[in-house]
Amino acid sequence: MAPKSDLAVEAEGLVKSFGSVRAVDGVDLAVPAGGVFAFLGPNGAGKTTTLRMLATLLVPDEGEARVFGFDVVADADAVRGRVSLTGQFASVDEDLTGLENLVLVARLLGFSPSAAEARARSLLEAFDLGDSASRQVKKYSGGMRRKMDIAASIVVTPELLFLDEPTTGLDPRSRGQVWDIVRALVAGGTTVLLTTQYLDEADKLADRVAVIDQGRLVAQGSTGELKASIGAGVLHLRVRDPDHRADAADLLARSLQAPVDLGSDLVSLSARVPDPARVPRALTELAEAGVGTSEYSLGQPSLDEVFLALTGRPVETSAGDDGGESA
Amino acid sequence: MTDAPTRSPADEVEQILAVILPASERPARPSAMSTVWAFAWRALLRIKHVPEQLMDVTVFPVMMLLMFTYLFGGAVAGSTATYLQDVLPGIVVMQITWISMYTGHNLNRDLTGGIHDRFRSLPIWRPATLVGPLLADAVRYALATAVIMGLGLLLGFRPGAGVTGVLAGLGLLLVFSFSLSWVWTTLGVVMRAENAVFTTGNMVMFPLTFLSNVFVPIDTMPGWLQVFANVNPISVLTTAVRGLFHGTPAGGAITGVFLISGGLLAVFGPLTMYLYRHKT
Repeated sequence: MAPKSDLAVEAEGLVKSFGSVRAVDGVDLAVPAGGVFAFLGPNGAGKTTTLRMLATLLVPDEGEARVFGFDVVADADAVRGRVSLTGQFASVDEDLTGLENLVLVARLLGFSPSAAEARARSLLEAFDLGDSASRQVKKYSGGMRRKMDIAASIVVTPELLFLDEPTTGLDPRSRGQVWDIVRALVAGGTTVLLTTQYLDEADKLADRVAVIDQGRLVAQGSTGELKASIGAGVLHLRVRDPDHRADAADLLARSLQAPVDLGSDLVSLSARVPDPARVPRALTELAEAGVGTSEYSLGQPSLDEVFLALTGRPVETSAGDDGGESA
Repeated sequence: MTDAPTRSPADEVEQILAVILPASERPARPSAMSTVWAFAWRALLRIKHVPEQLMDVTVFPVMMLLMFTYLFGGAVAGSTATYLQDVLPGIVVMQITWISMYTGHNLNRDLTGGIHDRFRSLPIWRPATLVGPLLADAVRYALATAVIMGLGLLLGFRPGAGVTGVLAGLGLLLVFSFSLSWVWTTLGVVMRAENAVFTTGNMVMFPLTFLSNVFVPIDTMPGWLQVFANVNPISVLTTAVRGLFHGTPAGGAITGVFLISGGLLAVFGPLTMYLYRHKT
């Protein structure tokens, strides 16, 4: 009956403009079925717009996209039957209770009244919201609302779940709970495509990451591949005396033959390491030059560093125009 | 807020795995009717949870009926008892047509929040999101009508056509209001803030209601105003409803109401749906 595909999402040349702003500017995607795929980028990068096109909420200006082989424009209803979206803003009715919200969604999906209520109650229990079933959602905490949103998205567990910034604004505990939910859904066979501006979230949760900046993909791959693409690793170092940092940077750059980034705290610096074998010699040279170090470590680069390497800008300062993204 | 007994992450994953319902077990798609009913149910729940919004349909009509009857009755019709027979159908018309703005207002709320995205990403019959709430409006209409009719009967309102005539008049009013609602849903899609729907709606309804035969006979107005008041849809509607209430049905006005209603529905129904579908 259906075009079948091993890819949950394929997109070629997606473009969407709002007025004169090209929010999404030629995005190609291949998201394998199963696992978590993260869209990583700052505010206004085009993450939400891309997601909305894939979820059939926006029609692309150019390009095409298929979800499990179904075209998001021509076969929009077939796509809607397989995906679910949890938007950035509460996608439940805040005046209704948690139970009523889930019953409503279940009814809209075709459950009979009694089956809808049973389904709603078991979801509330599973999400640890059972005690708040008959309270209005507007009285829920941020973390509870987010769980409500996700519960409403899995009344029928979708084959592909879109989560738009699922943990933005949540406290660490709620954040951990959302991560657990995502992991459970993936274990149950759902593909999760999420957007995030948190690098550690993509790092911890995602199997594959697409880095998006100003409407374009700047990199795509597994987290390991992305990190590897900018070098084998990163040497992090703290000098004892801030006055010695410039000397240390010079010395490291020469010895490792790699660019050195200075940290914001006057004593830390990091260098991308193309060849880890050079590290011991570099450290010895530092010691011989009389530069005292209080701490050093050799690790994989963080996604922060990946973003910096890919775009030339750190993530924090690239937050720009959010227009068109938030709606 | 106090924390619920904390569950371990492993528990959490276990619990959620237990409620996974694969798409293969999803129920069959609901019919258009049951989708409409689900949205009507939601609108009713909203009334239940925010009963303050019923002030408009209970307290306000009482105020209007009392004020107009006793303030203008003597001046306009010579006695409050006589005036009441004429003004009551007019006040029913005014209340019901004004209440029809609610669905547009609530639609705007949904569109500016995030829930609209959820509805749009479900494989359902799209117009149900609008038709359902319009059906639930019937509850507001019924309440407002009951309040006005109840108080009216106490004050001495005697509809010449009895229960059947009143029901026929209200039926016609319902047809008109359902059609008029689509004007407000169009506004609801276009406007950027929910209050703008009421503000703009009031700017339309205020002159239409007062420059009509709802409160005063049109022949007391200056000639140029009579021209407007005579073609004003609210005048046509009021004439038709009055006639039906009092057993003197005005065929021309009744036909007029159906034509205007059909016109409004034909233009604003598809327009709302078009704008709604293309809303980003």
